[in-house]
Amino acid sequence: MAISNIWYFLSGLTLLSALMVVLAKNPIHSVLYLVFTFFCISGHYVLLNAQFLMAVNIIVYAGAIMVLFLFVIMMFDLKKNQPESKSSLTKLAGSVVAGTLLVLLIALLRKNNLPAPSEVNFKSQTGMVETLGKILYTEYLLPFELISILFFVAMVGAVMLGKREAGERNF
Amino acid sequence: MDLLSDFFLAKAAFIGIVFAITLGIAAYSTYFERKIAAFMQDRIGPDRAGPFGILQPLADAVKMFMKEDFIPANSNKWLFIAGPCLSMLTALMTSAVVPFGDTVTIGGVTFDLQGIDVNIGILWVFGIVSLGVYGILIGGWASNNKYSLLGAIRAASQNISYELAMGLAIIAILLFTGSLSTKAIVEGQQNGHWNIFYQPLGFIIFLICAFAECNRTPFDLPECETELIGGYHTEYSSMKLGFYLFAEYINMFISGAVMATLYFGGYDYPGIDFVTAQFGNNIAVFVGMGALIGKALLFVFVFMWVRWTLPRFRYDQLMGLGWAGLIPLSMYNVVVTAFGILIGKPFTAGIVGVVLLILGLLIHDQLFVKKKIA
Repeated sequence: MAISNIWYFLSGLTLLSALMVVLAKNPIHSVLYLVFTFFCISGHYVLLNAQFLMAVNIIVYAGAIMVLFLFVIMMFDLKKNQPESKSSLTKLAGSVVAGTLLVLLIALLRKNNLPAPSEVNFKSQTGMVETLGKILYTEYLLPFELISILFFVAMVGAVMLGKREAGERNF
Repeated sequence: MDLLSDFFLAKAAFIGIVFAITLGIAAYSTYFERKIAAFMQDRIGPDRAGPFGILQPLADAVKMFMKEDFIPANSNKWLFIAGPCLSMLTALMTSAVVPFGDTVTIGGVTFDLQGIDVNIGILWVFGIVSLGVYGILIGGWASNNKYSLLGAIRAASQNISYELAMGLAIIAILLFTGSLSTKAIVEGQQNGHWNIFYQPLGFIIFLICAFAECNRTPFDLPECETELIGGYHTEYSSMKLGFYLFAEYINMFISGAVMATLYFGGYDYPGIDFVTAQFGNNIAVFVGMGALIGKALLFVFVFMWVRWTLPRFRYDQLMGLGWAGLIPLSMYNVVVTAFGILIGKPFTAGIVGVVLLILGLLIHDQLFVKKKIA
């Protein structure tokens, strides 16, 4: 099978599952379709020869964040907390806005004829862990460190929010 | 991609053999679990089916298939079926990156005794392990039973909590090897330089996390009978229940293989040079494969031994151990390892790190913990 056929198949699957995230009636099904979408995107990373990004995408998004999503939705009483159906006017407005954005993006991509990557300058090691690590710790060291501080602050914030105050009930 | 090339057929044959070995070991783990339990409780255990009861797994399989396959009326049918399938799938996928041996050449075809040698090997294991919780979560929710849901939610939070300490324990290993590939990790430990000698603390952390990730006693709170009837598989019957239980035994074997790969030298064994010189490369590699499986089975025994020795933790104790105990401990381990590599004496640093930790704990205990006088 040619590699471009795999790409078409994967892209179709990605779009289909992403569409199902929006269209599914049951929020749990929505979340599961979203997990599947992340898998498809990881497949695209493999096609781009970026194995590290693929693994991290699965570990972080599919493995941790989506489990927490599922966790929270399962705790809801879905029958009581059903969001009321939107009126047809809202639906129409939403479709028009989203459609316009789609048309704009396609027009932008077609106008800007992106150059095809040359086979001569292609480096197969670009997406590998070693290259990525070297770039992160030399060229982009400051942003990287700043992000770690941001994460640290967020972590402290989460602990503060979750902490029980003195005299509060245990459960 | 040519479906009939030698490479493809060799890979397919190897993956088939690994699946067969894994499934066979998982089936016989159920028998040995009961035998070991019986031995520890001074009973005889299964002895009816065949000599010493060794046909018991077959009898169990027949029983599982013959029982009524029941789906609760108000459950979500498709997700109810998908739950055990996902559990089984993720349990079997992990073995893809475990290196069972070096390359062997049979009849002009070179077999690489590893499913896929990707340079993100250990991240693959980590990713699949973090997906393993979906099977339990989906099955528990789709059952439409409050006990199942509670079990599923316990499983999810437990897995996410212990993954963090597990990842930090792996980071210390990666500091040694400088590569994420499982093959490179094993090759760095050849000739007796096993990571366990340099990483005693890291191994203990990893072992405890493996117990939690496999939902084994003392951390089997998702299926805690005294509180949750049967936990996440309360509503399951027949072979769907069998899949859940089977996935647990596969996970035990695979996590044993991963621990052997990371800490016990993988397919390395004493006297490998002697065997290579006497019997040739192929025999030596297959003995190495046997050594890896033997090490993994030893861990399966440890899993069972602990199950019939320790009582179950309480849920807050479990979370306390994970977040307040293991994560700081594994961070300490990373710092000690990095320091040891920096001064060029990783072995001494590992030992000194453990001794300092025990001393610190003893002093803290003596000074700050109030003793109850009986």
